[in-house]
Amino acid sequence: MCPFPDEVLERVLSLIDSHKDRSSVSLVCKDWYNAERWSRRHVFIGNCYSVSPEIVAARFPRIRSVTLKGKPRFSDFNLVPEDWGADVHPWLSVFATAYPFLEELRLKRMAISDESLEFLATNFQGFKSLSLLSCDGFSTDGLKAIATHCKNLTEFDIQENGIDDLGGHWLSCFPETLTSLQVLNFASLNSEVSFEALEKLISRSKSLRVLKVNRNISLDQLQKLLLHAPQLIELGTGTFMQELVSDPIKDLKNTFGNCKKLVTLSGLWDATPLYLPVIYPACVNLTFLNLSYATLRSGELANLLSHCKNLRRLWLLDTVGDKGLEAVGSSCPLLEELRVFPADPFDQEIFLGVTESGFVSVSHGCPKLRYVLYFCRQMTNAAVATIARNCPDFTHFRLCIMNPGQPDYLTKQPMDEAFGSIVKTCTKLQRLAVSGLLTDRTFEYIGKYSKNLETLSIAFAGSSDLGMEYVMGGCPKLRKLEIRDCPFGNAALLSGLTKYESMRSLWMSACNVTMNGCEVLAKERPRLNVEVMKDEDGDGSQAHKVYVYRTVAGPRRDAPPFVITL
Amino acid sequence: MSMSIEEHDYIGLSEANMEKKASDITINKDLNLKATELRLGLPGSESPGRAAVNGVAIKNLVAGAKRGFSDTINGGSGKWVFANNGGSEVDSVKNGGLFCCSKVENKNSGSVKETAVLASPKPVLLENKSQVSANSNLQASSPASKQQVIGWPPIRSFRKNTMAVNQTKNEQDTDPKLRSGCLYVKVSMDGAPYLRKVDLEVYSSYLDLSTALEKMFSCFTIGQYGSHGAPTREGLSESRLMDLLHGSEYVLTYEDKDGDWMLVGDVPWDMFIGSCKRMRIMKSSDAIGLAPRAMEKCRNRT
Repeated sequence: MCPFPDEVLERVLSLIDSHKDRSSVSLVCKDWYNAERWSRRHVFIGNCYSVSPEIVAARFPRIRSVTLKGKPRFSDFNLVPEDWGADVHPWLSVFATAYPFLEELRLKRMAISDESLEFLATNFQGFKSLSLLSCDGFSTDGLKAIATHCKNLTEFDIQENGIDDLGGHWLSCFPETLTSLQVLNFASLNSEVSFEALEKLISRSKSLRVLKVNRNISLDQLQKLLLHAPQLIELGTGTFMQELVSDPIKDLKNTFGNCKKLVTLSGLWDATPLYLPVIYPACVNLTFLNLSYATLRSGELANLLSHCKNLRRLWLLDTVGDKGLEAVGSSCPLLEELRVFPADPFDQEIFLGVTESGFVSVSHGCPKLRYVLYFCRQMTNAAVATIARNCPDFTHFRLCIMNPGQPDYLTKQPMDEAFGSIVKTCTKLQRLAVSGLLTDRTFEYIGKYSKNLETLSIAFAGSSDLGMEYVMGGCPKLRKLEIRDCPFGNAALLSGLTKYESMRSLWMSACNVTMNGCEVLAKERPRLNVEVMKDEDGDGSQAHKVYVYRTVAGPRRDAPPFVITL
Repeated sequence: MSMSIEEHDYIGLSEANMEKKASDITINKDLNLKATELRLGLPGSESPGRAAVNGVAIKNLVAGAKRGFSDTINGGSGKWVFANNGGSEVDSVKNGGLFCCSKVENKNSGSVKETAVLASPKPVLLENKSQVSANSNLQASSPASKQQVIGWPPIRSFRKNTMAVNQTKNEQDTDPKLRSGCLYVKVSMDGAPYLRKVDLEVYSSYLDLSTALEKMFSCFTIGQYGSHGAPTREGLSESRLMDLLHGSEYVLTYEDKDGDWMLVGDVPWDMFIGSCKRMRIMKSSDAIGLAPRAMEKCRNRT
């Protein structure tokens, strides 16, 4: 019996935010389970099908904030057919009754219709904060509903969604009375908004800390906006190029200098050496610089980075080349995260971009690196070994050698030793994405050495079932495994029999798994949903796309005809 | 997202093309036939000393001294992008003939991905013309119309679409100052198995460019040009042309905005970089026909 009064326990527990900690708390005893469920304000659901909205509402009566993730990650790359599911509406229906005071909704890879957005806007009076990332199914009309009806809106964060952009009128729907906005992000919406409406909105939103505009906002317009909002902490600019030079340079430089709190800068579309220097006064405070939409060359980058000594996170396009990365290594000693995206990923003839040497340069200068996403066209085992030695603290290592199955370009060997050196040296590794020519050896290393690995992405790799078996036999903390185009068959699939219930999900597509194998899995593990997506061609015995996940909600009731739950 | 989900293998060619290429391959004597033998082995069966991809052995990419260029290409440099229509013959040759059979998997029980990756050795470029037309094929089609491996490289749609727009914008911009600092044009060379792309903004003169190209296509020589290539009253003189032609086996030509092929060096450098769409290092014997047109154009311009 618990000696604490419930109220005290609840008060103490209410200070715990991490959902992992809360999960642990709820397992202590029945009293703690109850205290935890009454005090929880935010629920995080990593797979919307792992639980049903009714179950959530029954367990947690006082939720104010929900984070919900839907489709498998490979849906970002068009591997999941449309109408697969992850519709948010069933959740909203339940929440309307259970959580009428819901304030925050953060959705990732969910399907949302305009009707759902309107429902959200009109059924939750105190609704404050909407974040949509990588969702689809809605249009700007749905956004109009949110803008119109949510009187207390503080956050409007629309990022990279499959949205039907019917125009920028939604922005003009924010009422004149709305003054509470803190976050406004419409960088990935392509239509033009009314600048007049935007300027007025910014000038009356005194608490605004995050503003990310889209490419249509010119430099002149940006200047005006920044004058109204020098308190910004995060800024995403519009286009950084201007044809009519009305000499905004000096003014802009001053304005940026006045934004003393700015720590994050992004946008910078079309940035050229002409206008880039206007941000120099703000650079010294920057901790996150996103240049992944600016086609900068090495020289421009080097000049810019010489002002950015405090950078922790840097996103780039590979137009900066290895030389640009040398500048990163020499200018940013505190760097923790680097992402290098390809400017031209589909052009076969370009022998440009970055190579192993750029990555090595960065590793020499930035020993605190823990998160890397690197797209390149050539790599060597030796280079990666050097990188691992220089940066043993990697937690996230995502290397994409863009040509599938490409070996070490110098030795012609598979890239096994590269990833071997990473998993052996970087003991804190949580997330790994592999590429290049890989045999089962790579997976032997992964299974043996990565004790903390939680997320693993594999494509065009491996030689046999053994590869996946190694992973399933090791990696004690594995939660998410996504595999495409690998020679792993039923034996491999079934080697994970004891593991899948401790994982969030498994995705396998274009592998050697058959329906029989999936049926066996489903039979052995009734608490998993084993879903197979049918391929139109083919004889039906192959399981072309397999999605396996643990659930307490039973088989999906909304599965489309091409999804078979076994 | 409007992209229709059409399943393609990692290199999506139709079966019709497959048969055609199979016959092409057998003709070529350089080929180590055993190494490129189509094996329908079960996944996991791997012959020693060979790297396996998707359970089927692929040609050992190191073998063969002759493979200099082709190694670079065949070394997995993803021949996984083809122009529309499942790849013409030109495409296959250009890409070194690496491909795999699509949809074979469904006819064989036991292994889904019968990915037969057959590498031809040094890709024989059949004809200069076809190479040029392949170039124009690829240039004409926007990235979205190319048949690609679905979802690879793993880049989100928003970024893909944005980059595609960037490319178009770059091509449309006329004021060099406003360009985002790069002016990439393709350079092809007759007989070379792959193209290069160069950024014309990086060079300040024809000499610069010539030197750089020489380095890039290092086995070949390019004729020397005058320091500014400034048009004299006569335009391209006969004697100068003969110097070029006799001075080397190859000449450097370019396609200008009107679609005409010109000899490099005729116009001032700035005008050149403003009008050059792509370049081709062609055999001087093929270049003779260019001279009269080049002279005419010069006269029209000055």
